[in-house]
Amino acid sequence: MEFLPTVWFILIAVLWTGYLFLEGFDLGVGMFMKLVARNEQERRLLLNTIGPVWDGNEVWLITAAGATFAAFPLWYASLFSGLYLPMLLVLLALIFRAVSIEYRGKINSSSWRARWDWGLSLGSLFAAFGVGMALAITTTGLPLNANGDRVGGPFSWFSWYAVLGGLAVVGFCLAHAAFFISLKTDGEMRHRARGFALRLLPLLLLPLIGWAVAVQLQSGKPAGLALIVVAVAAAAICWARSRAGREGQAFAAQAIFLLGVTGSIFSNVYPVVLPSTLDPANSLTVGSAAASDYTLGLMSIVACFGVPLVLAYQSWTYWVFRKRLKIESIPEPHSLPAAV
Amino acid sequence: MDPLEIARWQFGITTVYHFWMVPLTIGLGPIVALFNTLWVRTAKEQYLRMTKFWGKLYLINFILGVATGIVQEFQFGMAWSEYSRFVGDVFGAPLAMEALLAFFIESTFLGLWIFGWKRLPARIHLACLWIAVIGSVVSAYFIIVANSWMQHPVGVTMVDGRPQMTDAWAVFTNNTALVAFSHTIVGSLAVGGAFLLGIAWFHLWRRRQTGIDTVDDNGRVVVGEAGGDTGANRDACDYRVWFRSLRIGAWIAVIAFAGVAATGDIQGKLMFEQQPMKMASAEAACHSGTSFSVLSVGDLGSKDCDDVTNIVEIHGLLSFLAHGDFSTEVKGVNDLIPEYESAYGTTIPDDPKYGQRAGTTVDFVPVMEVTYWGFRLMIGFGALAAFAAAVALLITRKGTVPKSKWLMRLAVLGIAAPFIANSAGWIFTEMGRQPFVVAPNPDPSGVDGVFMFTAAAVSPGVSFAEVLVSLIVLTLVYGLLMVVELKLLTRYVRSGVASAMPELVHQPDPDAKKDDDVLAFAY
Ligand code: HDD
Ligand code: HEM
Ligand code: HEM
Repeated sequence: MEFLPTVWFILIAVLWTGYLFLEGFDLGVGMFMKLVARNEQERRLLLNTIGPVWDGNEVWLITAAGATFAAFPLWYASLFSGLYLPMLLVLLALIFRAVSIEYRGKINSSSWRARWDWGLSLGSLFAAFGVGMALAITTTGLPLNANGDRVGGPFSWFSWYAVLGGLAVVGFCLAHAAFFISLKTDGEMRHRARGFALRLLPLLLLPLIGWAVAVQLQSGKPAGLALIVVAVAAAAICWARSRAGREGQAFAAQAIFLLGVTGSIFSNVYPVVLPSTLDPANSLTVGSAAASDYTLGLMSIVACFGVPLVLAYQSWTYWVFRKRLKIESIPEPHSLPAAV
Repeated sequence: MDPLEIARWQFGITTVYHFWMVPLTIGLGPIVALFNTLWVRTAKEQYLRMTKFWGKLYLINFILGVATGIVQEFQFGMAWSEYSRFVGDVFGAPLAMEALLAFFIESTFLGLWIFGWKRLPARIHLACLWIAVIGSVVSAYFIIVANSWMQHPVGVTMVDGRPQMTDAWAVFTNNTALVAFSHTIVGSLAVGGAFLLGIAWFHLWRRRQTGIDTVDDNGRVVVGEAGGDTGANRDACDYRVWFRSLRIGAWIAVIAFAGVAATGDIQGKLMFEQQPMKMASAEAACHSGTSFSVLSVGDLGSKDCDDVTNIVEIHGLLSFLAHGDFSTEVKGVNDLIPEYESAYGTTIPDDPKYGQRAGTTVDFVPVMEVTYWGFRLMIGFGALAAFAAAVALLITRKGTVPKSKWLMRLAVLGIAAPFIANSAGWIFTEMGRQPFVVAPNPDPSGVDGVFMFTAAAVSPGVSFAEVLVSLIVLTLVYGLLMVVELKLLTRYVRSGVASAMPELVHQPDPDAKKDDDVLAFAY
C-alpha cells in the first residue's frame, strides 16, 4: 500500500464529501427557487439563506479539482478530458448560477429577476446533475486506452450509471436543502420545507443509495456494506427527527447519511480511481495515477495547516450568520435611483 | 480536423477574458479597503460613501471573475490532458494551493464583508475586507508561480520522461515568478487607478454641467449643492467623494506606471536570458545587433526575417534593454533558429498519440506581428494612461474638472487603456512562448530537457467537434455576460453614490419595518 497516495485519496474523498454537504444545500436552494417558493418575497428569503456562504462553498469544488490535479495528475487528465461535454455542462451551469445569484437583485424589475431565476434554478439543477454524472463515472469507469485517453467519441462515457449518479446528487441536494431551509428560516417557509422533506425523502435519497449499492455489487468490501447500512439507518433517523420537529438533529443525521454513502463508495472503489471499461490493465489506480512522494509530501504539509484553517473560518461564518431568517427580515428591494 | 488550433483559441479567449475581471479585482480591492479604513478611522461621511460606491462596483465585477475562473481550473484537464500529465507533478501544486490558501479566504471573507455590515463590529468588518483583498493577491501569486514555471521551468529533474519536483523552494521563488507577480500587481493597480479617475471625472463633470459646482475668477472650484429630491445624492459631500476619488485614482495610476516600468525592465532582462527567441521576435530583431526598433515595416508575419525593415532604430537601446549597457550584441532571430533546432530537434516526436501532428516540422519563430505589437501596445497604452493621469492631476489642481464634454469622454475612454495594456502583455508573453507550452531555457538558467511543444499538449482523446462546441458556447456566453456586466456597471455608475446607498434619496418609509432583525444587506 502506498502511504501518501492513500492519504491523498482519502483527502480527495473528504473534499468531495465536503462539497456535496456544503454546496448541496446551495444547489438545492437554487432549485427551490422554482419548485417551492411561491412569490418574490419567498424567493428572496430562500436566496438570502445562502447569501453569505455560497461562494465559499463552491470553492470546495475548485479545491477538489485542484487537489486532484496536484495529487493525481493522471486521474485529473483522464477524467476531465474524457468527460469533456459533461464538464462543459457543469461549467456553464456554475457560471449562470453564480452570475444569477449576484445580479438578480441588482435591477428592480420583475422580468429581469425572472430571467435570472431561471439561470439560478436551471444552473443549480445542471450543476448537480453534471457533478453527479462525473462522480458516478469515476467509480464505474470509462473506455480508456493504455495512454488513459477516452476512446469511442464524445459520448462514449455515457452509461446508465451516469444518469443514476446525476439523479442521486440532484435528489440529495433537494432533500438537503429542505432540511437546511427548515433550519435556517422561520415562518411558513420553515414548515413547508419540512413537509417537502417528510413527503419526499425516501424518493429523493433512493438514487444515491442505488449508486452506492451498484458500486457495492461491482467491487464490494464488507466495510462498504456496513457503511451503506449506517447510511440507510441515518436516513431513517433523519426522517424521524424531522417529523418530531428536531431540525438540528435531522440535519446532523443527514450529514451522517452522506458520510456513510460517500465513505462506502470511496472505500469500495479503492485503490482504483478511474476504471477502464475496456481493459482493467488500463485502469488508473491510487498508485499509478499519483504524483511523486515529494509533491505529495509538500501538499500534505500545506493541507495539514490549510484544511483546519478553512474549516475554522468557514464555521465562524456560519456562526456569524446563524440567525433564522423570516420574510420580515428581508429589506425592501433595492431600486436604483435615476441616473444623474 | 485538428482540435489543436481550436483549443488554443479557446484557452486564449477564456483566459484573456478572465484577465479583464482579475486586474480590476486586484486593483480596486485595496482601494476600497483603504476607503473603508479611512471611514473607520475618521468617521467622515465621504469615506463611507466612497466605500459603498466603489465596493458595489467591485462586487459586480468580482462575480464574473469567479464565474470565469472555474473554467480555467477545469480547462487544463479538459483540453490539455497531455500537458496535465506531463507537468502534473509540479504544476498542480500551486493550483491546489491557490484554491486552498487563497480562494477560500477570498470568497468566505468577502461574504462576511458584504453581509456583515452592522452585524459585525466595524473593525472586524473592515478586517474581513482586508483579508479578502490579501486573498486576491495571494491567489495572483500562486497562479503566476504556475505560469512562470511554464516560462522558466526550475526545481525539477526528469524521471521517465516527465519532470518531477525536487526543489519546491526553487519553484516558489522562481525569479520569473517574483518579477512577473510584482509586474502584474502594479499593472492591476494601474487599472484600478484609471477606473477611479474616469468615473469620478464623469461625476465631477456632471456636477459642473448641471451648474451645481462652478468656478470663480481664479478657476477655483465653488462647491454647490443640488436641491430637490436628488439633494443628498448631489450635496457637498458628494463633491468630496468624487474629487478625492479622482485625485487618488490619478496618483495611483501614475505611481503604478513607474512600478510597471521598473519591474517590466527586470522582466525584459530575464527574458533575454531565459527565452531569447521571444525577446528577439518582440523586437523584430532578425539579425544580431544592438539597435532597438521603434518602427518596423514589412511582412512581420512572413517568417522570413529578411522581409522586415526597421525604419526607425535607436542604436544601443536594445543592448540596454537586454543587458544594461549599450554595446553587447543581442542575438537575432536568424541566429537563434539553428541553436534551437540543434537543441530541441526539428519535428514533433513521432508518437501516434500526437495524431496528424506526429513528425511534423516545428517552427521556432513565434508570430512576429503579435510579439512585436503586443510588446509595444502594452508599453504604449500603459504610458498613455500614465500620461493622461498626470495631465488630469494638473488640470484638476484647482478643485474640479473643466466643462468640456470631450475631455470627459477621454477620461472615461481612458479606463480602457490599462486593460488593453494588460491583455497585450499577456498575449505577448503567452504567444511569444510558442511553439512551446513549457519553454526550454538555455543553460545555465534551465534544466536540461524540460520542455514541451504546444502541439503535443492537447488532449489526444478529445475530438475537434467537442472543442469547437465548447469554444463557440463559451465565447457566446462570455459575450453575453460582458454585455450584462457593462450594462450593470454603467447603470450603477450613472446613478451615483445613491446606487449603493439608496437611503440617500429614498426617505425611509415611516411604516417601514424597524425590526432589528432586518438585514443590512440582502440579495
Ligand atoms: C498595465 C499594464 C502593463 C503595463 C503598463 C506594462 N506591462 Fe508589461 N506586462 C503586463 C502588464 C503591463 C502583464 C499583463 O501583467 C504581463 C503579462 C505577463 C506578466 O507577467 O505580466 C506583462 C508582461 C511583460 C513582459 C513579458 C514577460 C514574459 O514574457 O514572461 C515584459 C518583458 C514586460 N511586461 C515589460 C514591460 C515594460 C518594459 C513595460 C514598460 C513600461 C511594461 N511591461 C508595461
Ligand atoms: C497561470 C496562468 C496561466 C497558465 C498556466 C497558462 C497556460 C496556457 C496554456 C496551457 C496555453 C495553451 C497552449 C498555447 O496555445 O500556448 C496558453 C495559451 C494562451 N494563454 Fe496562457 N496561461 C496562463 C495565464 C494566462 C493569462 C492570464 C493570459 C491572458 C490574459 C493568457 C493568455 C494566453 C493566450 C492568449 C494563449 C494563446 C496562445 C496561442 O495560442 O498562441 N494566459 N496559456
Ligand atoms: C490560467 C490560469 C488561471 C486559473 C486556473 C484561474 C483560476 C481561477 C478560479 C477557479 C477562480 C474562481 C475563484 C472563486 O470561486 O473564488 C479565479 C478567480 C480569480 N483569479 Fe484566476 N485563474 C487563472 C488566471 C489568473 C491569473 C493570471 C490571475 C492573477 C494574476 C488570477 C487571479 C484571480 C483572482 C484575483 C480571482 C478572484 C476573483 C476575481 O477574479 O474577481 N487568475 N481564478
